[in-house]
Amino acid sequence: MEFPKDLKYTKEHEWVKVEGNTATVGITDYAQDSLGDVVYVELPPEGGSVTKNEPFGVVESVKAVSDLYSPLSGNVTEVNDAIIDSPEAINEDPYGDAWMIKVEIGSDDDLADLLTADEYQKFIEEEK
Amino acid sequence: MEANGTKGLLLNEPLIFEKSSEGRVGVEPASFDVPRADAAALIPGGLLRDGLDGFPDLSEIDTVRHYTRLSQWNFGLDSGFYPLGSCTMKYNPKVNEDIAGMTGFTRIHPYQSEDLSQGALEVMYELEAYLAEISGMDAVTLQPSAGAHGELCGLLMIAEYFKSKGRPRTKVIIPDTAHGTNPASSHLAGFKVVPVKSEGKGVLTVEAVKAAIDRETAAVMLTNPNTLGLFESHIKEIADLVHSKGGFLYCDGANLNAIMGIMKLGDLGVDVVQFNLHKTFSTPHGGGGPGSGPVGVRLVLEPYLPVPRIKKAGKKFKLVTDRPKSIGRLKAFYGNFSIMVRAYSYIRRMGGEGLKRASETAILNANYIKERLKGTYQLAFDRPCMHECVFSDKLQQADGVSTMDVAKRLIDYGYHPPTVYFPLVVPGAIMVEPTETESLETMDKFIEAMRAIAQEAKTNPELLKNAPANTRVQRVDETRAAREPVLKWTGVKK
Repeated sequence: MEFPKDLKYTKEHEWVKVEGNTATVGITDYAQDSLGDVVYVELPPEGGSVTKNEPFGVVESVKAVSDLYSPLSGNVTEVNDAIIDSPEAINEDPYGDAWMIKVEIGSDDDLADLLTADEYQKFIEEEK
Repeated sequence: MEANGTKGLLLNEPLIFEKSSEGRVGVEPASFDVPRADAAALIPGGLLRDGLDGFPDLSEIDTVRHYTRLSQWNFGLDSGFYPLGSCTMKYNPKVNEDIAGMTGFTRIHPYQSEDLSQGALEVMYELEAYLAEISGMDAVTLQPSAGAHGELCGLLMIAEYFKSKGRPRTKVIIPDTAHGTNPASSHLAGFKVVPVKSEGKGVLTVEAVKAAIDRETAAVMLTNPNTLGLFESHIKEIADLVHSKGGFLYCDGANLNAIMGIMKLGDLGVDVVQFNLHKTFSTPHGGGGPGSGPVGVRLVLEPYLPVPRIKKAGKKFKLVTDRPKSIGRLKAFYGNFSIMVRAYSYIRRMGGEGLKRASETAILNANYIKERLKGTYQLAFDRPCMHECVFSDKLQQADGVSTMDVAKRLIDYGYHPPTVYFPLVVPGAIMVEPTETESLETMDKFIEAMRAIAQEAKTNPELLKNAPANTRVQRVDETRAAREPVLKWTGVKK
């Protein structure tokens, strides 16, 4: 299972990639593995806003339906519509093709409590 | 070992549309003894149907064989053990069907006058009183048509209560051990859902509620016993806390079958509860339903109950609709009446002592299975359970075998699989609810099958991964079915 070092993570199993003023958000390899085959995903509209620790979408697998929790607050600048038609991308490439939304970073404070790859890996070991 | 599951002759059957032969009919109606009129001359064109595309032409025997064969592919409670956790698949005694089939009940019409419906009204009035007594509530409505509909009814009454006091509240607190439908019902009633995590032992703590509760909280909505099959032991303190903030305690009564006759939810400080008659009171489930989800409330919420209410004046029963604070009507006519008759029959036949014994036996049976399978399968919470117990696939993971594989293999042994991957708080959950109606011998055979499967997982995991083998259709591709659903029959093969 992979946990790229250049990403930040949440305890709700989302990853965040910070580039300039933009944060790209998706779900982790561990999340997709626990969910099993993803069959449906629901994302917010482009131009909408998301709130830190609040649900911003839904991901559904053959086992369960789970909320997606936003790691930060801000406006949604881009949505990956491609994964709505091909949810299997979430299982195949969770850190690449299956990114979910891009958010304009409102406050750097939002990013302060996110986990590093090592911290996240330790967290899921404990959760097991 | 001797297994229940075996192969037998099951006949193939095409879709009913594929059996159609043009011009074939089941019944030939008698010839008209009045002159035939032209429909188009009598009924406006927009209301007339052109034809009935694709409607199959079949004889009576074709139709009977079609449905008989389909019914032989079914697995139901009348054919075998069905330990589907959280669903309470207890046996439904046939006497309930006899009572519900009495012509006084089946030949009644909802537009019939009150004078001619006294018997039906009496059954409903008494059933309300029995449910009130069992739960310790002050008043009950029978109107909601299923458990989640009952939840919505309860929450709408709570919302209306705060609105009528001129200070509407916005939030409902729901622990992760609550029944899965609770957040959806709260959302539908206009509330914002505040989720709360249960602590390590699988129950809700007062501290967790304290951290989430405020004056915007209309209700705390918990399920007791909760969805892990555990008793929410802090319920009384939680009730006191929510009352001190002016809110209500809603208890989802979906698992009432583990406590009925033993204790009353009202004594624990519960203000609203719904009853799932199709679970606790042995009325039919799901497609064989319909369901029924009566709701009980404390006196303070009584004015908000749906209309009509049944009142007794002297020896006569009447329907009352003039109740200004009521949330209105939730269901056409009076709810699913024939289901109420079955529940009434069950309660009368069991009596208070019988209901208590049913709860005790349900708890004993679940604990028996829990203790005898502990170690073979990882137990999610190693402590006494109520009416159901939760295992996981943790011990099978090393062999590359998952909960789904175990569940599918159980079908080969002749059992309906338990609930899987629920509750969500237990990864790879296997949730077993034997109910009180199963014998020791049935449970022992099930336990043997579960142990044999755990052994197969070690020696021949492929057997599990390819299961079921004995069924008409082997492992289906659930992922593809969900990703590319085919929802409509699209044409006759000619």
